[in-house]
This record gives sequence, structure tokens and C-alpha cells, in this order.
Amino acid sequence: MSVASLAPLAVALPMLGAALAFVLIRHPRAQRRVSLAILALTLALEVLVLAVVWTSGPVAVHLGGWAPPFGIVMVADQFSSLLLVVSSAVSLSVLVFASGQGAADGEEGGPVSVFHPTYLILVAGVSNAFLAGDLFNLYVGFEILLTASYVLMTLGGTGSRIRAGITYVVVSVVSSMLFLIAIAMVYGATGTVTLADLAVKLGQLDPGTQHVLHVLLLVAFGIKAAVFPLSFWLPDSYPTAPAPVTAVFAGLLTKVGVYAIIRTETLLFPTDHFNAVLLWVALLTMVVGILGALAQTDIKRLLSFTLVSHIGYMIFGVGLSSVAGLAATIFYVIHHITIQTSLFMVTGLVERRGGTSAILRLGGLAKLSPVLAVLYFIPAMNLAGIPPFSGFLGKLGLLQAGVADGSPLAYTLVVGGVVASLLTLLVMARVWNRVFWRSTADAEDPDPVLLATAPDASGGRSMRALRTSRYVDATEGRFSGEDEIPILPRMMVYSTMGLVALGVALSVFAGPLFELSRHAAEGMLARTPYIEAVLGAGAQTGVAP
Amino acid sequence: MSVNLTLLLVMGVLYAIGIYLLLERSLTRVLLGLMLLANATNLLLLATGGYAGLAPVFHKDIPAAAYNDPLPQAFILTSIVISFAVTAFMLSLVYRSWLLSRADQIQDDREDLRVARQDLFDAEEDSEIAIEVSDFHENNQPAASREMIRQVTLKTAKARGQHPGGGHGPGSRPGTGGGA
Repeated sequence: MSVASLAPLAVALPMLGAALAFVLIRHPRAQRRVSLAILALTLALEVLVLAVVWTSGPVAVHLGGWAPPFGIVMVADQFSSLLLVVSSAVSLSVLVFASGQGAADGEEGGPVSVFHPTYLILVAGVSNAFLAGDLFNLYVGFEILLTASYVLMTLGGTGSRIRAGITYVVVSVVSSMLFLIAIAMVYGATGTVTLADLAVKLGQLDPGTQHVLHVLLLVAFGIKAAVFPLSFWLPDSYPTAPAPVTAVFAGLLTKVGVYAIIRTETLLFPTDHFNAVLLWVALLTMVVGILGALAQTDIKRLLSFTLVSHIGYMIFGVGLSSVAGLAATIFYVIHHITIQTSLFMVTGLVERRGGTSAILRLGGLAKLSPVLAVLYFIPAMNLAGIPPFSGFLGKLGLLQAGVADGSPLAYTLVVGGVVASLLTLLVMARVWNRVFWRSTADAEDPDPVLLATAPDASGGRSMRALRTSRYVDATEGRFSGEDEIPILPRMMVYSTMGLVALGVALSVFAGPLFELSRHAAEGMLARTPYIEAVLGAGAQTGVAP
Repeated sequence: MSVNLTLLLVMGVLYAIGIYLLLERSLTRVLLGLMLLANATNLLLLATGGYAGLAPVFHKDIPAAAYNDPLPQAFILTSIVISFAVTAFMLSLVYRSWLLSRADQIQDDREDLRVARQDLFDAEEDSEIAIEVSDFHENNQPAASREMIRQVTLKTAKARGQHPGGGHGPGSRPGTGGGA
């Protein structure tokens, strides 16, 4: 009995918080405090779990005391507990960001009061997916987070959100259906859904059956992770959601899909049969995604395309199925969750400061608001993979793993990775040049908010610039409030700063983090630590290494 | 394990109709398609539990082969609850969509259409060349390239003229430069 046995609380606590937040739906301030406190507590708990699991290896918790193959089991290994910590840290800072926005705009009693409970349910779903020790619990985790995400995606019910929401819901439901079909078939073939038990039993099946199950699972998870041929829904639906929602979706939801793919590839089907397919898919995802980003003129859509592109890097490492490749993928997932979320948060701030996220209507923000310029520049360069940052280290790890693999296909992927990285730099520099660097007068059709607001004075005043009905034509209806609304509320700016700082910290502490990733990758490829933790020592006699 | 053929056939038909409806453009039909898919999947889950007529739950006197596996039924219950919730939510989305646009159709994304319409050649990228005011510099260029610059300048000026508020600052300069 160790602290790691408390891991299921990572699911239970946010659920409890969601219930409390529902009760407090008429008291927005109390609701905000409760949600923040609960998430902070969850994060602290997960850090403890990670600290224990780092040294002890995977820990399985048998819920209800039922023996492993029959009862529901939750497993915290190094990979999942690392992801838990990072996802909670990211979702905590996005929650602070969203609370700042809600507090600043005074949207109390509106649809936004549903935001906090739904958000906590989303976090619970993500944690459940990371901790799930059986396929069906993984499915339930997916459904919890998806159902919460449907609500968050269509928050407020405006025309564009409904349009995007319908696409999103239909695609997600179809992918869940495929997953459920796969579960039914896996259960029909083996008589179990516990991952560790499946790891032993799937290998004994007829190869044809194995391939069918493998492909079904990969397609279902591929839709959720948005890998290339299955990625078209993502740039269509994410950009219309409110800024904090897009930020957390971009950071977490696709990574849950990537997590599931990694588990499938390492634990369930360790054979190399589909590795070539995965590598091709990774190449196409990287290149097609970033080419899509080149055509965009809206920052949120552009970032959604880079998100798709960078999923390709993670699949690249998985497809190599070597310790080096998998370790780099784990590092890259951690890096990407942080960076992509902080970029979307900065975009939310840009939207408030400049009135729009259309690149052509923005300009001169570097002069108007130097804080935003710095906050954009650091994660943008990080994403593009400029040397001192974690993006560079992650890509370097992947490229080294590709070179070490040595096959012609791996070399193609290495070249593709470099090209996609350069194109990311181009895209990020384009946004920088137009939104921040050029003068406001050069903007094609400058937004009224951008023209009306004076440059921020130095220091704290930048966060006190005001947005009132005086500045904007009231017939536009967007900002026609009576009260003065701070354009950049402190909570929003500070939470973004916090996440950008976390991104930089990942670069500073890249050494230990890479060490941990390698450790986790070795454990996952060996498979025995995980299986023994769940089924008990000696249970894995049938496993082929 | 023997499988109930009727169940399988019903499942296949449900899948076929479900996929057909899912590919329609009408939202109500898409929703119906999703419901049929969910039910077909429930039947598939049911089929993995053994055939009908077996004892419903385990009792210690019954041999392992003679009772029905209850776990798939638990799966089905979960799946029914989830698809029920999602269907209700979808229905509200469809209704909201009907309220907003009076159309039971999947709408195109305006931003998508705009990106699809935009030119391959982005005049804005090259407009910097045309701002070059030195005649001396321009005379050094071959006639064809000068003509191209003039075309681009005109095009940019025209494009900018359409935007309200875009006519001030350096944006108005290419127009005069091109005319010279």
C-alpha cells in the first residue's frame, strides 16, 4: 500500500469538484474557487504519485478488491503518471485563464456558469483514460471527456459553434463506435478486456484476427488523435470554440488519442506488422498538416493545422518502435501539450487585445503590447524547434532515433520531419511578421479595437488597458457593455505566463525529463513490469518478448 | 461458440442503413444513422456473450459452458446510456441549428470557403517590390518584369480599394507608383 494507490483519486476528485461546482452554479465566485482548489489538489496528488511510480515502477489499483482479470483495474505507470501531471498542470492554468476571462467580462448566470463543472468532468475523463487498465474503462474515459467536450465546444450556442459542433460530435461518435466495435471483437476473441491480460492472450490468436483487431483499434484512436487521413475534422471544429476551450482541447484531447495508440502499439500488439504503415501515416500527417497551415489567415485555424502536423512527429516515434524513438515520443508529447496550449492561450489574448484573430486585420501588436509579443514569441520558436528549446530537443531525439533505425523509410521520415519543422518556422514567422512586427497602419483592414486602443504604457498598465463602449461602435454588439472591461485581465496574462514558463522549464530540465522518458519507454517496450504489476509476478509466462 | 444468425443479419442491415444515413446532408438523417449504428454495435456486443437460452447468471452448480456471459450485457447498458445522452445532445444541436439557420442541413464553413477561393498568388507578399520609388532602380529591370510589377501594383491597389479604412498609410502608395 503506497501513495500511488491513491491514483484513482485523480478521477474521483475532479468528479467531486464537478458536483460541487454544479451545486454552486448560482455563486460564480465560490464556483471558481472550488474548481481551482480541486484541480490544484489533484495536481499535488498526481505529483506525489509520479514521485512514487518513478522509482517503484507501475502500480496497479484493483478497484473494489476484485482480482485482476475480472475486476476493474487502474494502472499508474511512469508514462501515464507523467501525462497525468502535465495534463493537470496545463488544465489548471487554462482554468485560471478561463476564470480570469469570466471574472473580467462578468458573464455570470449565462451559459458560462456551466463551464466550470463541465471542465472538471473533462479533466476527470482525461485522467480516467490515462489510468484505465482495461479497454472498456478506456472507452468510458473517452466518452466522459468527449461528452464534456461536446458541451464546451458548443458553449453559448452561436451559429458557427453549432455548425462546428455538429461535425465534431458526429465524427467523435463514429470513432467511439469503431472503438466499441473493436472492444466487442476483442472480447469475442479473447474473453477479456483487461489490458495486461490482453497483452498475454492477443499474442496467442490467429495472425489474421490479430491484424483485424489491431487495425480497428488504430483507426478508432487515429480519428481521436487526428492523424492524417482521419484529421479533417480538427481544423474545422477547434477554432470556433471559446479561447480557453480550444486551448485545452488542443493540448489534451488529441494526446489522449496518441496515448491510446502508444498503448496499443507497445502493450497490446508489440509486433512490427503495421510499423511501416504508421511511419507513412506520420510522414503524411507532418507534411499535409503544415501545408494546410500555410494557406490559413486566421491564427486559431493556423494553429489547429500545426497541431495536426505535430501529431505526425509523435506517430513517427511510435512507428520506429525502438526505445530511443518511444522515449523521444514521450518527451515530445509532454512538450507539445504545454506549447500548443500556451500558443492557443496567447491567441486568446491577442483576440482580446486586437479584437480579432484574423491575421490580415492585425498589426503592430509588438508595439501596442510587448507582453503579448514575448508571450507569443517564446512558444512559437519552441514549436518550430529553435535550438535552446524543448521543441528542438524532442525533434532531435526523434531524428536521432530515425537515423539509428537506418531504413530508407526512416530516413525519408527524418527528411520529412526537418521539412515540416522548417515550414512550421515559416508559418510562425509569418504570424509574427504580420500580427506583431508590421505597423498597425499596414494591416489590410484593421480591426476597430486595434485602431481605437492606445499603445500600452510600460509595465502593469498594459494589463489595465480598457475596452469600453466608447471605443467600439455599439451596433457591432460585441463590446457594447456599459462597464469598463480590462482588455488583458491579470489572471489571464499571468496564467499564460505560467504556462509559457513551464514550457521553458521543460527545456531547462530536459535532461532528467528525457531520462524519465527513456525509463518509461524501456518499461513499456519490455512489457513485463506493467503485466506483472497488474496480474502479479509469474503471470506473464506466455509472453513472447 | 455458436452465433445467432438472425442477430447477425439484423446487425448487418442496421449497419448498412446507418452508414447510408450518416452520409446524408440532412442533420436529422445523420442523427438517425448514428442511432442505428449504436444499436447495431449493441447487438454485436450481445453476440459476444453467447447465444440465447442459456442461464442468465452464474451459479456454482452450473457448468461454465451453460451460462450466458453477463459482462457484455453490462457493456451494452453502459453503451446505451452513453448513446442516449449523446443522442439527446445531438437532437438539441439539430434543433438549435434549425432555429438559427432554418435549415436541416450541414452548413459549410465560411472560413473554409474563403481559403478555397483565395488566389494561389498572394499579391500582398510581393507588393513591397512595387513600392520601390527609385526610377533609376526600375530602369535597370527588363521590360517584362517591369510590366509584371505594374500589373501586381494595380491589382494590389484595386484589392485595397475594396476595403474600407485600408486607403491610408503606405497602402495608398502603390496606386500612385503604378500609374507613373
